[in-house]
This record gives sequence, structure tokens and C-alpha cells, in this order.
Amino acid sequence: MSQSYDRGLIEDFGRWREFTAGMWAWVFHKFTGWVLIGYLFTHIAVLSTSLQGAETFNSTIQGLESLALVRLLEVGLLAVAVFHILNGIRLLFVDLGVGLESQDKSFYASLVLTGVIVVASVPTFVSGAF
Amino acid sequence: MAERYSSFRSGSTAWLLQRITAAFLVVVLAFHFFNLHFVTHAADIEFAGSQARMQNVGYFVTMVLFLVTATFHGVNGIYNALVNQGIEGNAKRAAQVVLGVAGLLLVVQGIRVAIALAGF
Repeated sequence: MSQSYDRGLIEDFGRWREFTAGMWAWVFHKFTGWVLIGYLFTHIAVLSTSLQGAETFNSTIQGLESLALVRLLEVGLLAVAVFHILNGIRLLFVDLGVGLESQDKSFYASLVLTGVIVVASVPTFVSGAF
Repeated sequence: MAERYSSFRSGSTAWLLQRITAAFLVVVLAFHFFNLHFVTHAADIEFAGSQARMQNVGYFVTMVLFLVTATFHGVNGIYNALVNQGIEGNAKRAAQVVLGVAGLLLVVQGIRVAIALAGF
């Protein structure tokens, strides 16, 4: 039988030193969520160049992809997306009543797996940019 | 029965939709990243290739559903975060209107892009 805990307001970020694993998972999930929705608006804005025709679309994509900074930001986006996906799966299971007791371990597993996937993807993401 | 711990109001339609869209997005976002960074490298993306992909009806429908579910999930997520921060009254109403309009505009523009890329 699990139980809930009153750990106080997580929105009070001044208490960050007292945060437990689950609270960090919550903070990271919110932060990565903000980044992803912000990126979605940017993504559609960039893809909107397709409305101007193939030439504008191609030169925009190629111009952006030729910038090393954009490639590095894409690695950052991958990290944010992978963590949000893995922690999201963790949250779905917890909401289904599975794994609440080991939610701290599954958070650490999400972090480690995110790190492994991102590091393994770096060569693909930056190839030809430097 | 284990007691639920969630920052969302369990039982509401938005609560359920946030989870249904999450389950869909977990799969489609991973597919999208894999398809457009590993199968086709982002630097190699061209209009013609995007058009070839988007002319497949299944892919087109999946991408439009991806747009709609991601917009709902993101906008509703921001709204929930703001409510958790403690917004009330006019601020809450303003957040609903601004986020609702922004989400709607994003979906409309995204569908225009999808149609342009597909060449329909």
C-alpha cells in the first residue's frame, strides 16, 4: 500500500535544495515541456517557408543546417525530447498505478538513458557541420 | 488501491486527453526524430523529399494528427503549469484565451504547411 506525502509547494523553487528525486523529475518535465512547445512554434514557422515554394524552403533548411550552432541546438532538443518521452512513459505508468514505489529509480534510469542516447547520437547530428 | 499522486486534476476530460495524447506522442515523436535525423539526415532535407513523404496518405494523416495532439498536449501542459503556479480569475481567463488562440493558429498554419508540402 503506497501513501502520498506532503512535501510542501514544489512551485517554491527557493526550496530547491530540499527537492527529492520525484520533485526534480517534475521540474525537469515542466522545463522540457516548455522547451518543446516553444520549439513547435519555431518549427512550424521555419517549415512555413514551404508556402513560398521549394527554393525558399530548401535554402532556409540548408542555411540553418550549415550553422554549427543550429546543430548543437538540435542535440539539445534531442536531449530535451528524449527525457520528456522517457519521463512521460514513467508518468503514464505511475498514473496507471505501476511503479510508484520505485519512481525515484525510474527517474534516474530516464536520466541515464537520455544521456546514453544523446551521446550516441552526437556524431549523426553534427556530421558535416564542423 | 494505491493512492494517486499527480499534479493534474484526475478525472477531468483534459486530464484524460493529456494522457491519451502523451501515449500517442511518445511513439510518433520518437518516430519523427528517428525518421528525420537518422533515416534522412536533417541537413539533407529538401522540398522534393518532404513532398514524397507527405504524399503518402498514411504519413500525411499521421503528421497532421502529430501536429494537433502535440499542440493540445503542449498548450494544455502550459495551462496546467500556470494553474499550478497559482493563477486565478482574470489571469486564468486570459491564459485560456491566449493559449487557446495561439494553439488554434498553430494548428491552422501547420495544416497550411502540410498541404503546401504535400502539394495537394
